[in-house]
Amino acid sequence: MTATADRLFEGADWDFPRLQRIHDACEEIARNELGLDTYPNQIEIITAEQMLDAYSSAGMPLFYKHWSFGKHFAHHEAFYRKGLKGLAYEIVINSSPCISYLMEENTATMQTLVIAHAAFGHNHFFKNNYLFRQWTDADGILDYLDFAKSYVAQCEERHGRHAVEVTLDAAHALMSHGIDRYPGKKNLDLRAEEKRAEQRRAHEQSMFNDLWRTVPAGPVKSAELLNSERRRKLLGLPQENILYFLEKVAPRLQPWQREILRIVRHIAQYFYPQSQTKVMNEGTATYVHYRIMNRLHQQGRLSDGNFLEFLQSHTNVVFQPDFDDPRFSDFNPYALGFAIMQDIERIVTNPEDEDREWFPDIAGTGEVMPVLRHVWANYRDESFISQFLSPRLMRSWRMFHLHDDPAESAGIKVDAIHDARGYRRIRRELARQYDVGYSDPNIEVVDVDLAGDRRLMLRHMVVKGAQLNETDAKRVLQHLADLWTYDVSLVEVDAKDNVLKEYVVSPRGLAAAA
Amino acid sequence: MFIVDRRLNPGSKSLENRQRFLRRARALVQGAVKKTSEGRDIKDVLEGGEVSIPLDGMHEPRFRTQGGTRDRVLPGNKKFVEGDILPRPNEGRGRGSAPGEGDSEDDFRFVLSRDEFVNLFLDDLELPDLAKRRLAEAESEGLQRAGYSTSGSPANISVSRTVRLALARRVALKRPRPETIAQLEAELEECRDEARRAELIAEVEALKAKAKRIPFIDPIDIRFRRFETVPKPVAQAVMFCLMDVSGSMSEHMKDLAKRFYMLLYVFLTRRYRHVEIVFIRHTDRAEEVDEDTFFHGPASGGTMVSSALQAMSDIVRSRFRPSDWNIYAAQASDGDNSIADSALTGRLLTDNILPVSQFFAYLEVGEANGSTFEMPDSSLWTLYQRLRADGAPLSMRKVNERSQIFPVFHELFQRRRNQEKAAP
Repeated sequence: MTATADRLFEGADWDFPRLQRIHDACEEIARNELGLDTYPNQIEIITAEQMLDAYSSAGMPLFYKHWSFGKHFAHHEAFYRKGLKGLAYEIVINSSPCISYLMEENTATMQTLVIAHAAFGHNHFFKNNYLFRQWTDADGILDYLDFAKSYVAQCEERHGRHAVEVTLDAAHALMSHGIDRYPGKKNLDLRAEEKRAEQRRAHEQSMFNDLWRTVPAGPVKSAELLNSERRRKLLGLPQENILYFLEKVAPRLQPWQREILRIVRHIAQYFYPQSQTKVMNEGTATYVHYRIMNRLHQQGRLSDGNFLEFLQSHTNVVFQPDFDDPRFSDFNPYALGFAIMQDIERIVTNPEDEDREWFPDIAGTGEVMPVLRHVWANYRDESFISQFLSPRLMRSWRMFHLHDDPAESAGIKVDAIHDARGYRRIRRELARQYDVGYSDPNIEVVDVDLAGDRRLMLRHMVVKGAQLNETDAKRVLQHLADLWTYDVSLVEVDAKDNVLKEYVVSPRGLAAAA
Repeated sequence: MFIVDRRLNPGSKSLENRQRFLRRARALVQGAVKKTSEGRDIKDVLEGGEVSIPLDGMHEPRFRTQGGTRDRVLPGNKKFVEGDILPRPNEGRGRGSAPGEGDSEDDFRFVLSRDEFVNLFLDDLELPDLAKRRLAEAESEGLQRAGYSTSGSPANISVSRTVRLALARRVALKRPRPETIAQLEAELEECRDEARRAELIAEVEALKAKAKRIPFIDPIDIRFRRFETVPKPVAQAVMFCLMDVSGSMSEHMKDLAKRFYMLLYVFLTRRYRHVEIVFIRHTDRAEEVDEDTFFHGPASGGTMVSSALQAMSDIVRSRFRPSDWNIYAAQASDGDNSIADSALTGRLLTDNILPVSQFFAYLEVGEANGSTFEMPDSSLWTLYQRLRADGAPLSMRKVNERSQIFPVFHELFQRRRNQEKAAP
């Protein structure tokens, strides 16, 4: 143990030079011992009210104005005032520099924890995870939000607050369907197209064989079918990004309305990776703060008392109640992520035979950090759980799988438990629970009746019998019809193409698109 | 790394969003505010507080699924083995089944600040059209600071401005500093060289002479604060509460009257910076009393309304000049008045009181179970109705129940309502 002089702080008080020392100490460990690669940090100290502000605008420091944010603020505030809900210790933003908001009333230990957690854990994850790299632009997001805010304000000045509000309401209702789930195919330019046609022709000539003429072709497509295929191709259908489709194709939207749809779509896209990496993101940050805090204590830079304070809040953070506990709501992403990552550490350094069998690639390789850095960079929740949830962890958490089929009148079936027969099924089901592809309804724009009444046709592929909530679906379709300005229909079909339900909605006047 | 202290940033960043939310939910919130205020004591009406509105109108719809086959992995197995069938908990909620969001949460609860509450509470109310009485825009002269001048009364000297100008002048004219002179004098003390001494003496003399020529403060430095008279709208009001406390007034009736006065007070405080209240109670003679005596003091006797009106007009004359004060009066009574008094009452009202008042309301209070329709009109009611028919700007209502107070108040002050023409 080193002398007391090396301590980062004593007691609970902190000031700005001390925060700087804490940050530098954390950074030293994060860079040199954990090998983390982060965006530059910007730490901002805020009050409880500002934290509530941040809550209601999705954590972002600036956002356009909309009544729904006011509603969320009022809601959070009511809970906070009553003491029903504490506030987060921090909020961190995926931007470069990476902004972490720290609450002013945190003690020095908590500030250390939070800096280690957010400014290094989350920060590393944002910078390195493939989803964030692929879908978000950390350098540009704050500028974009600034643009969005002033653009919306300008639109309000020019076109009236009501018109903008109506458009934003509609866009928000469709926000969860304004996301590109796959990186799109780039349209070739004319020259490249020509070149490719050339190559294809040359290929056909070189491969010419008269024998192919004798192979029977498929049934001839009717002119009508060809026509509809052509139309759908021109419109880029089927299209699951409804906001994108409206922005590009909706016949009667004003240019500014298209831009607003685009803004909402971009913001939805920006948050999409976060919804897919809750467990990993929090797990990474928790694992990182745990390592850093332990190391600081080992180095004698954190006193025993402060370390105990840290352990207490850490334990609260990673607490997982059992399913029959009144406090249970779902898996705690902090707890699950942290547990799997600690388990990976164990497998890498101290594997058992079972682990060698299940994780031959990483078991016993000895070096934890390279393995974890690889995991953090290349997985999302669903793939992370389906790869790294070990039998041992399933046993120690005593996980089990329930299958609830409404058609089964006897009750809910226990489909698998933490035994040799159940490991794989539990792991698959848990991974699926975190797959947004399963939890978000799969709705696509399938066609537009261009020759007739311009009806926009949507289709919901029903998975496992889960149909749309009717009142909500009608409301969202109403918003959609207002933007489209012609009728909109939605059919819900099951896997066998049986139509389960059909909605048709007509637009309300032409308020949305004058 | 940067550390930014954001605590000093202007707060209430989401105020605008909040206002938008309240504007959008206006009708709902207003309904909720009225409902909340019914259950409250009127003196707490001013406090803000939690309201809850049905979430329906404020709902943000999303496509979301429900029902169907559900699979769920849970931690903490105690005794289940594969293949067990568990009974469904009632209505599919609770353990084992996904806690699917219901169709909607019942209510959306949030806290309104005091100002928001009062604004919503009184939102669709307005003071009666005052311009007609030519008193609403009554203005008085007020003083306002208007820069500096080179002349004025000594009481108005602006010291800081004067000293600043003096300093500028001294610097510009290079007035020698006392420190420089002191330093030279000290050097003179030390100096033994005659030639140097003579030189120093000459220099000190020159500097002293210059310091004398350039005074520390010169009359041209002096500045005075200047004031201008500006017309100021009258921002004060006086509210007269007149009440009959004769034996026929029960506690219930007094309570009704009290509630009405409270509302009027809340309403006036929102419009005027300064509101005074004068309580006049009367039997067959009137006296000005304090609030407690007004509502609770025992009194008995006959009933002479004219005495109260006489007292009010005396007080107005002695203490509240109509050009300086907006005068409001509310009278509560059970309607009894001696027949002989009617003529005097009518005359006092039309000649002395109504011309100077912005608003005069008469509230006839009745017993809780009494019906306004079956009883014949009281003597006072008949009298006032006749005055109204002759064109006197009176407002009058009958009230039996506590719950009627707010609607009646509301009706009296409703926005853009032509109350002179409306039937009672």
